[in-house]
Amino acid sequence: MKSTLKLKLGLASAMLASTAVSNVAHAEDLTLCWAAWDPANALVELSKDFTKETGIGMKFEFVPWTNYADRFLNELNSKGKLCDLIIGDSQWIGGAAENGHYVKLNDFFDKEKISMDDFVPATVVGYSEWPKNSPNYWALPAMGDVVGWTYRKDWFSKPELQKEFKEKYGWDLAAPTTFDQLKQIAEFFQKREIDGKTVYGASIYTERGSEGITMGAMDVLYSFGFKYENPDKPYEMDGFVNSEKSVKGLEFYKALYDCCTPPGASNSYMGEGVDAFKSGQVAMHMNFAFTWPGLQKDENVGGDKIGYFANPKGPDGEQFAQLGGQGISVVSYSDKQESALKYIKWFANKDVQAKWWSLGGFSCLNAVVKDPNFPASQPYAQTFLDSMAIVKDFWAEPSYAPLLQASQKRFHDYVVAGQGSAKDALDGLVKDWTQVFQDDGKM
Amino acid sequence: MLNRTADSVARATPEPLARKVRGISDKGLAWLFISPTILLLLAINIFPLFWAIYLSFTNYRANRPNEVVKNLGLANYRRILGDQDIWIAMQTTAHFVFWTILLQTLIGFTLAWLIDRKFRGHAFWTTIILVPMMLSPAVVGNFWRFLYEPQIGLFAYAISFVSGIPPTDIQMLSNVSLAPWSIIIVDTWMWTPYVMLICLAGLRSIPEYIYEAAEVDRASNWRQFWSITLPMALPFIMLAVLFRGIENFKMFDMVNLLTGGGPGSTTEVASITLKRQAFESWRTGYSSAFAIILFVAVFGLANIYVKALNKVKQR
Repeated sequence: MKSTLKLKLGLASAMLASTAVSNVAHAEDLTLCWAAWDPANALVELSKDFTKETGIGMKFEFVPWTNYADRFLNELNSKGKLCDLIIGDSQWIGGAAENGHYVKLNDFFDKEKISMDDFVPATVVGYSEWPKNSPNYWALPAMGDVVGWTYRKDWFSKPELQKEFKEKYGWDLAAPTTFDQLKQIAEFFQKREIDGKTVYGASIYTERGSEGITMGAMDVLYSFGFKYENPDKPYEMDGFVNSEKSVKGLEFYKALYDCCTPPGASNSYMGEGVDAFKSGQVAMHMNFAFTWPGLQKDENVGGDKIGYFANPKGPDGEQFAQLGGQGISVVSYSDKQESALKYIKWFANKDVQAKWWSLGGFSCLNAVVKDPNFPASQPYAQTFLDSMAIVKDFWAEPSYAPLLQASQKRFHDYVVAGQGSAKDALDGLVKDWTQVFQDDGKM
Repeated sequence: MLNRTADSVARATPEPLARKVRGISDKGLAWLFISPTILLLLAINIFPLFWAIYLSFTNYRANRPNEVVKNLGLANYRRILGDQDIWIAMQTTAHFVFWTILLQTLIGFTLAWLIDRKFRGHAFWTTIILVPMMLSPAVVGNFWRFLYEPQIGLFAYAISFVSGIPPTDIQMLSNVSLAPWSIIIVDTWMWTPYVMLICLAGLRSIPEYIYEAAEVDRASNWRQFWSITLPMALPFIMLAVLFRGIENFKMFDMVNLLTGGGPGSTTEVASITLKRQAFESWRTGYSSAFAIILFVAVFGLANIYVKALNKVKQR
């Protein structure tokens, strides 16, 4: 009896000890939080090298884009310890910095000799700095992204279509360089029969729930002359947000939606756009650059059938594009900040960044994107470079969420539901944004 | 046998514990048993309610944990009641509640009346009719979204077959005039069986002898329906209307899945506005005030309605 008891005790102790040992072995595993999308899979692959080098295991928490902001902002606001590292959206930087969610990285960068001059300037301003244009860094630029366009090169090169297009519009059917040209092409393809199938002009962002229609409309508005505020007087928006040029830009976006999108495309964002292009529904497709590697590999529409072009110019020749992408930050509530910083140091390495690009991530390191071989490294590499040179971003203020919700509502009400005029929508937007900044005590 | 078991349990109870239990009155023992439930209710229902009432008077934002929370008095309530968008959302909700309840009551009662005829296979048809109600709203929302798809959806093709309009022109979820009806159709499809079930219970509760007496008096079927069936089933119909009214006033899942409140703000019901304010704009204080207003509105309307229901029952 006594010996049985001893045996039982011995077994229980062994089990406890083995559990404890396995816990110790995983105690330093880092959890990285990001959106569930193709680049995240590339990062999982890339991070295996980090584990090999340091012995630190990597766990990943990926959430679909539709819940990405809700899920991770809740996590940060509740001071949760789930994420040691987070690749947060560019617009979160102001709130995350001011609310103490991210670790400030200046001292670490100085110590490890990581210079922000080594990264594409737009990505440093967009993903790392708060306040903007000040040397206060809260993230390392991780995933460069920008809104651009893909088109069906195989359709554009059909001789009968080229002939018909030239007769109708007087110029050769090719990737557009102005928004007027883009609309003409979209009109030309709308409801056209190609290979026995009805196709449509373009897929653009119209999504209401998160940020879709704002990203799409802004992508056009910038090149028409839209400005967020008076450059000389911050937060003065009247006459800038709702300027005549902005009104023209928003009217153009609605006209493009009305004339040239597939039926029922009233709530389209990244996923729906990819589906429309992949299924051969549309001639042109507005989307973030991260979708391009996947489309390039697609059997039906990729390879020689796909072409890429940067956002076209507006009526006055101005050319801008909506910035996407994110920086990687260390969460201030993490107990493993030291290991998390090791990951950042490793990720900033040139070889790692080169591999990141080769796996399908979009590196922001100058040494990678300014390499003479870079433009030819992928069919979309040059368009990515051209687009990153003309980026602008949405507000990155701590109050970006209500600012975004206001523009989502105003744009969707006008563009998709056809309520009121473009001027009404933009006047309303000035009113909403003014209220947000007044609530914040900034006006 | 029972006494023997009780005795053995009493004997097995350690003396110090037994002494303690002996000192508790019946009332005390009752409180002891229900206290875990009460504590749970206080923690997950009552406390959050009072906390929300407190927050509704502040500028608190859940995404600014380090910011000083200021007392705003009634400012949030004033702002909500003067906000044009909130009133539009309330009108949209009222429109949605009115039409869904009207259709569900009419169709639900008709189905109950037909099922009550007890025709051959009525049990089978009852089961078939109840199926939509048993599905998860998330599943229903998603598959109706596909059904409504103008390019591949069966709904658009069916309407096109009947009307001759090209299916790609039947944009149920994108068209401003059709989008509210697309939600009303789905909600009616899903919840009419529920109304039918309650109405059926009402119809089955009417004693047969009343109809037999009416037959003796040579009352027509129409007369029997108006003078016996409808008045006696009315409390049940009113109960169904109450349940569906409360549910649809706070309807969120179906609208969120089908239209997300769009196109524009055409189908943005109050619960969607509330969610946007609370979890997208992070205006926690403001949204708490809005939630309290909605709660008071539903509670007030439900109370008035229950009084009317009691009057009908007493007749």
